Amino acid sequence: MTHTVIAWMEDKPGVLNRVAGLFRRRNFNIESLAVGHSETPGISRMTFVVDGDERQLRQVQTQLAKLINVTAVQDVTSEPTIVRELALVKVNANSTNRAEILQLVDIYRAGIVDVAMDSLVIQITGPEERVNSLLSLLETFGIKEMVRTGRVAMVRGNGRNGNGKK
Amino acid sequence: MGERKSGAQIVWESLLHEGVEVVFGLPGGAILPVYDALAKYEYPIHHVLVTHEQGAAHMADGYARATGRVGVCMATSGPGATNLITGLATANMDSSPVVAVTGQVSTALLGRDGFQEADIQGISLPVTKHNYLVTNIRELPDALVEAFYIARTGRPGPVLVDICKDVQQMDMEVEYPESVNLPGYNPTLTAAAPEAIARAARLINEAERPLIVAGRGVAIARAEAELRQLAEQANLPVVTSLLGIGTFPETHPLSIGMGGMHGEAFTNFALQECDVLVAIGARLDDRLTGAFSTFAAKAKIVHIDMDASEVGKNLTIDTPVVGDALLTLRELLSLVEFNEHPTWLAQIAEWKQDTDQRDVLAQETDELVPPFVMRQLWHATHEGDCTVVSDVGQHQMWEAQYFPHTKHRSLVTSGGLGTMGFALPAAIGVQMGLPTEEVWVVAGDGGFQMTMPELSTVVSERLPLRIAIINNGYLGMVRQWQDVFYDKRYSSTPLFNPNFVKIADAYGIPALAVNRKQDVEAAIRKAQAERGPFLIDFQVEPFANVFPMVAPGKSNADMIRRPLPAVVENATEL
Repeated sequence: MTHTVIAWMEDKPGVLNRVAGLFRRRNFNIESLAVGHSETPGISRMTFVVDGDERQLRQVQTQLAKLINVTAVQDVTSEPTIVRELALVKVNANSTNRAEILQLVDIYRAGIVDVAMDSLVIQITGPEERVNSLLSLLETFGIKEMVRTGRVAMVRGNGRNGNGKK
Repeated sequence: MGERKSGAQIVWESLLHEGVEVVFGLPGGAILPVYDALAKYEYPIHHVLVTHEQGAAHMADGYARATGRVGVCMATSGPGATNLITGLATANMDSSPVVAVTGQVSTALLGRDGFQEADIQGISLPVTKHNYLVTNIRELPDALVEAFYIARTGRPGPVLVDICKDVQQMDMEVEYPESVNLPGYNPTLTAAAPEAIARAARLINEAERPLIVAGRGVAIARAEAELRQLAEQANLPVVTSLLGIGTFPETHPLSIGMGGMHGEAFTNFALQECDVLVAIGARLDDRLTGAFSTFAAKAKIVHIDMDASEVGKNLTIDTPVVGDALLTLRELLSLVEFNEHPTWLAQIAEWKQDTDQRDVLAQETDELVPPFVMRQLWHATHEGDCTVVSDVGQHQMWEAQYFPHTKHRSLVTSGGLGTMGFALPAAIGVQMGLPTEEVWVVAGDGGFQMTMPELSTVVSERLPLRIAIINNGYLGMVRQWQDVFYDKRYSSTPLFNPNFVKIADAYGIPALAVNRKQDVEAAIRKAQAERGPFLIDFQVEPFANVFPMVAPGKSNADMIRRPLPAVVENATEL
């Protein structure tokens, strides 16, 4: 089963390498990883999507927490969470099918961020399933290029994610 | 503000602040400024020049294991630093507090593949508890304080501090940092949660076939007295892991020795048949458990460990008890009751009788077998009043089987990583830390040769190390696997050995070769009578193998046993 795990860590050189090295060495199966600043200066926030059984998930959390630069780890899978992903997709488009594509973009509340004679770049933000769904429709036009950020997550309401001590 | 000091001076000042008395190392270009500054600090701090940096790391590790203080090693950039890696990985696996200080090329050359540049921070990452690359002198004091703090607190481990050469040469006004700022590291020792301890106590009190497995964590927590009290108070038999040897007196009636791949049969039967297993400070690795799925399958497992990631790593744990062993055992002691466990203890005694019948030493033979040497050594040292530093292989297992340790921390050996070549340099560290202790190196002929040049360090430091080589002319444990699993095809295991007595002589170390049983005791006595080092080359029966033996991935119950004396001649199993 896949889990969404959030880790907070000191923003220091090599920290990403420590995390990546840990995942490699312990043979954890990681589906996506997104990293950026948190609300606290000097603390980065990473969202992982990890596939594994209960033992592996516990290992991911306890091993991550052992890293000296990691300040907190939380598995938010069972919490009410907002989960989002962003994708940029460059699709083949010409005068005959451009309108059809625009319609799809509209339905998915996505946006056009670049237009060329023979292509469009579409930006979509949403839960993974919505991104996947639009992508499968766009495949019929021919996807030239694509990039996805991986999942980021935040617990709803007052169920604030722990950014404190381990 | 403090005085102006160079980066090199800051290194030594930090070591002084940490109370470091000895540093094991070997200089080179990128660490020269630090070595140049050593002259001023040489009296409080003694530098031991090694012949190979791997030796320096093992020495620091041995020193740390024997004294409980942080061991320090030092090396230059590139090959100097990479040579430390085996030693750091060894210390990491066995939770030994070591700080390694390495020189690095100047910041201007970083990343340009300059002469003797190696990314030691990247290389050491998976085999250290933490590491630093210092490219700015302002970061140096904190990095050093943090390194020592991280190495010795919590679950101990090695920390590497890599310092660019220009950082060593710069100077700054320095105040020694009074505290560390590590928001992601809180090693405060606490007892486990009361509910977990209560649950553990209930399981122990209700158990019919209880068993303790004690590991090195007990020694690290200095919880040996509490372990003994727990065993006696609740009447629990005690098994140890290899690294747990010395945490519980092996002559105690409740001691049933080391378990696992080369554990005695009655010990392994007890592991497999117990109904409550209390693991304390033991990683429960595959060499102890055999196949994970079959290990202690009838037992509810209580796992006491301060490292939450160890609990449930290999086995499903019924009662995780995450906390410091000492504080947790103290709490547990107030909750456990005495139970007779008559059937269980009688069963173990019955298994033990069978094991005793198969004892190698009970068999009449003129051959010089290693267990005989181990037992003689035990007798000659007033039943183990010494520290044994063993290497890795058959001799290590015979030592564990036939030298009953009663003194705390009296066995120093590479358990987790299984590093051949560990014994001699580690023993140098042990002897430096415990100058009045009788220290015995017990090494095979293969492993001994891996770090043999450190004999020069033994001589230059005038250390009274006693060295016993168990020489069978083979990489014995590998040969044993070839005997059992590879149809006796001895691929690359016969050794071409030098004359070890002459080797010792070349270093000015007196030595003897022994190949008869009747000469063993006299040789040991002669070594003990020397004021300086002494080497004995025990030329033992070459084809002796270590039994019992659990094949890798098999259940502990599926041992290849020692033969019963009566059926030796037509034994089909070894």
